[in-house]
Amino acid sequence: MDWLFKFPQIDPDILLSVKRAIDGSLKTLTRNYGQSIENFFYPLQQVLIFFERVISNAPWPLVVLALAAIAWFAARSVKVVVAVILMLLAIGLMGLWPDAMKTISLVLTATLFSIAIGIPLGILMNRYKRVGAIMQTVLDVMQTMPPFVYLIPVVMLLGIGRVPGFIAVVIYAIPPIIRLTDLGIRLVDKEVLEAADAYGCSRSQKLWKVQMPLAMPTIMAGINQTIMMALGMVVIASMIGVQGLGLNVLQAIANQYFTQGIFNGFAIVGIAIIFDRISQAYGHRLQKHRGARHD
Amino acid sequence: MTKSSTSIEIRDLYKIFGSAPERFVSAVKNGMSKTELGKTHGHILGLNNINITMPAGKIQVVMGLSGSGKSTLIRHINRLIEPTSGSILIDGRNVLEMNELELREFRRNNTAMVFQRFALLPHRTVIDNVTFGLEIRGVEKGRARETGMRWIERVGLHGFENRYPDELSGGMQQRVGLARALSNDASILLMDEAYSALDPLIRTDMQTMLLDLQKELKKTIVFITHDLDEALRLGDNIVILRDGSIIQQGDAQDILLRPADDYIRRFIKDVNRARFIKVDAVMEAMPKQAPKSAPRLRSGTSLEVAAVELSKAGQDSALVTDAAGAPLGIVSLRQITAALASEDVG
Ligand SMILES: Nc1ncnc2c1ncn2[C@@H]1O[C@H](COP(=O)(O)OP(=O)(O)O)[C@@H](O)[C@H]1O
Ligand SMILES: [Mg+2]
Repeated sequence: MDWLFKFPQIDPDILLSVKRAIDGSLKTLTRNYGQSIENFFYPLQQVLIFFERVISNAPWPLVVLALAAIAWFAARSVKVVVAVILMLLAIGLMGLWPDAMKTISLVLTATLFSIAIGIPLGILMNRYKRVGAIMQTVLDVMQTMPPFVYLIPVVMLLGIGRVPGFIAVVIYAIPPIIRLTDLGIRLVDKEVLEAADAYGCSRSQKLWKVQMPLAMPTIMAGINQTIMMALGMVVIASMIGVQGLGLNVLQAIANQYFTQGIFNGFAIVGIAIIFDRISQAYGHRLQKHRGARHD
Repeated sequence: MTKSSTSIEIRDLYKIFGSAPERFVSAVKNGMSKTELGKTHGHILGLNNINITMPAGKIQVVMGLSGSGKSTLIRHINRLIEPTSGSILIDGRNVLEMNELELREFRRNNTAMVFQRFALLPHRTVIDNVTFGLEIRGVEKGRARETGMRWIERVGLHGFENRYPDELSGGMQQRVGLARALSNDASILLMDEAYSALDPLIRTDMQTMLLDLQKELKKTIVFITHDLDEALRLGDNIVILRDGSIIQQGDAQDILLRPADDYIRRFIKDVNRARFIKVDAVMEAMPKQAPKSAPRLRSGTSLEVAAVELSKAGQDSALVTDAAGAPLGIVSLRQITAALASEDVG
């Protein structure tokens, strides 16, 4: 009766050799192609460095002003603008300005990148049923896989640093924008689509003049979620070499610096609130004439 | 603004909804009913042996209860729905033989459609909605705007061109829908229950506007409705659908005076017959000696008006004359009352 209480297992030797084979080939891959992989990501690295420099080296009043202006154009609300300014001042007064800038730069670049590839993927997913079904599964896996697990191959291939951190953040944060682009297009009123067909729209006319504009509020909700998830990832990403507020939190955990942890944690929350308010207010403004809300 | 109009011929049209519709065409042609097709084979009979000739420049009404196949039928004309079998000839050209590009051009230039729930683009202003069809066709912006403004004015929306659809009432939104369709300058206008979502009073206004416009535009209009009053008021020709089949075709007089079956009789039971039946339909041939001093009624006068005229004149019968005044026949109060009372008059 022994077999009932001990789960029958594949021979440990076989398992070991499978693991060795996979890890081994990954290692060979890195050894042989490491340089070319690094070269491939070199432009991305430069872009990330450029963004970080711009935002970190700019005079702080200018950064505050710029973010306040973005808040104004997105939300058209004095309340939101004031909240943004107060939040930034508080972060600065706590001595976290340089780290906050690094974090903001990472989150912004990761979000822009996610938008740039997530929206086209969402459109593809919507247009081709087969692609959609496959993508759905991939997204499900991505969203349930603990992020630590896919940090491993990223680090194996790219080592530690800005680029792998960025990639990890993008992988973690991109699913909502893909999903909500697809959903937004699917939710467009059937009769309006029929009208587009009846007036002789080509596929691309229908997409750009009807489907995308009407899906915009939903897509905006996806962008909002993507930003929030990118921010949520900054602590984990700091484990593989991303600097900023996340790294401070990580150090605080390692050394049991409670106050440092709290301060940096609040700074992350503050940035989250800023981005959340701005993107949500913009989303609501978009919805004004676009019918149903899906938030 | 006007364009020489276009006739629409629908020949032997069948539409079966389901996973393998071709398998059941011949069974349906041999008389399988909608119920049987649905119950035993899980397919829905959308349209069954439809033959209609829609003359150029007239308003063709298609009437029937909900689910009778009206929307399915009108969507075959611009091929938003593919038929299972049959043909649709527009000025002799078979819509079903067009390839994708030809079909797109056909939809852009020859047809325009008005929808029950308006189907406006909510993120665009009135003027940008109205010029949508022109924009799709690639008409230059300034010219499109000019055309659009003209139609906005024509449908009574002057001053609203920069509003958004959600700022307008239902009736006004449908005016936008109509202006969008008219801006296209297509010879065929497809209206799928265009007025069904509107309040009765506004609906009557919109009907009047359509009739006024049509006097001038002479488009081939296919107008779908489930409302008999609307059908009688607008239709030069009326087709009545039930379960995807045509049960009667004809003008208002035919339907009211010679209903094809009990289904139609039930339909017309509550209609104001006096308003829609015309003296022409009930008059008798001129007797040898025309009664002197009888009042004269123009051909096309409704029984409602005729009865008032007769009682005002204190006479029993009146002469029906053509536009030039030449007598066509004679109509009496007795005939009028008979036509109003009974449902089947000769
Ligand atoms: N895409 C479809 N798939 C299956 N059945 C359909 C489809 N479209 C319409 N039908 C069916 O065809 C019949 C006619 O529908 P429709 O043309 O919309 O009627 P109406 O416009 O007169 O209310 C109905 O029984 C409806 O359920
Ligand atoms: Mg319908």
